[in-house]
Amino acid sequence: MACILNNPSSNLTSLLSLEYKLLNVKLQQLPAWIMKRDFSPSEIVKAFHRGHDAYFDKYIDVKKGGIGGVSMVLAAYILLNYCVIYKELKHERR
Amino acid sequence: MFFVLPPPPHPSAPASVLLSRQLGLETEGAEIGRVGKAFALPLSRGLLSAILVRRLARFPRWGHRDAEAAERTLAQHAVPAGAARGQRRGVLQATRIFHTASPHLAPLPPLPEHGGKVRHGLIPEEFFEFMYPKTGVTGPYVLGTGLILYFLSKEIYVITADTFAAMSTLGLLIYIVKKYGASVAAFADKLREDQMAEAEALKQASIKNIQDAIDLEKKQQALVAKRHYLFDVQRNNIAMTLEVFYRERLHKVYTEVKNRLDYHIAKQNMMRRKEQEHMITWVESHVVKSISAQQEKETIAKCISDLKLLAKKAQAQSQSVL
Repeated sequence: MACILNNPSSNLTSLLSLEYKLLNVKLQQLPAWIMKRDFSPSEIVKAFHRGHDAYFDKYIDVKKGGIGGVSMVLAAYILLNYCVIYKELKHERR
Repeated sequence: MFFVLPPPPHPSAPASVLLSRQLGLETEGAEIGRVGKAFALPLSRGLLSAILVRRLARFPRWGHRDAEAAERTLAQHAVPAGAARGQRRGVLQATRIFHTASPHLAPLPPLPEHGGKVRHGLIPEEFFEFMYPKTGVTGPYVLGTGLILYFLSKEIYVITADTFAAMSTLGLLIYIVKKYGASVAAFADKLREDQMAEAEALKQASIKNIQDAIDLEKKQQALVAKRHYLFDVQRNNIAMTLEVFYRERLHKVYTEVKNRLDYHIAKQNMMRRKEQEHMITWVESHVVKSISAQQEKETIAKCISDLKLLAKKAQAQSQSVL
């Protein structure tokens, strides 16, 4: 079970402080928060893995799941494809 | 149980450092590395002993059934390799525990019952709760409508032929989900419950087997306490057979003695009978011899006259009756 915060730090104290979840960061502190993250490739991969685990734990690894778990992924895929193909679609505007 | 190993020779310093590097003991053996030079071989010996101890920890003579408990007692009784430098006798030297993460001794927590709530199959409930304090219940819907109108009017979303295809497809999907969603969910639930029931049955069967084994063992232990009955029965049997033999022999003695006594009695009787018979015949023969011819005639004449008298008496009596 991935009950780890979505933004780890190498320091244990900052891991435990509540400010360092993204939802708790105030808007003005956002650049500071972004600077604090380390953007090495392994950390980025780990972040993706954590996000994947969090989503799965919340919506898919349950006893009675609903359609929402799958349909949100499909909707996001549709949106992503629309964004990709928007450039060609612009010409079909009237 | 001690490992008795031969005392290590003194290796040179570079070899020991190389060995410790190879064994990867930088972080854990740092304090040990500070102790003298001749620690590499005791360390490898400690490793070997640690491996062997972990393997042997499964044997019941240690009194432990799992490696973790063996590790714990090992950690309690372990002697650091540096301190064992002066010791010749190889006491357990566990200087390195291999698995540093805490072992997961408990079973995994069960899956949650329901997932995160999602409204209309697309938007997580947290979004609605996020907007509720400021905009109330209709806020997100107004936002959605506004966004849709904005995208349409600014042609950020372009209406093409695909739009109608998408609308038809989505409509069909929504219809299918609404109609058959519940039955598919019930089917999936039933599958899951069947699997759980199977696993549970396996577990219960295993528990029952072990419980039966425990009960059998207890019964046999209880029987051990009653085994004196066996010996009592055997003793009784032996006593009875001895008694039977004794009585047989007693009876035999009786019959033999009776036989002999009967023989003597029979012999006495026979002798007496023989004597009697012999005497009788002897007396008879003598009497017969003693009767002479003259006496015989006289007795016969007397007998005849007596008979005549008797005949006359009888006649007279019969006549008087008539």
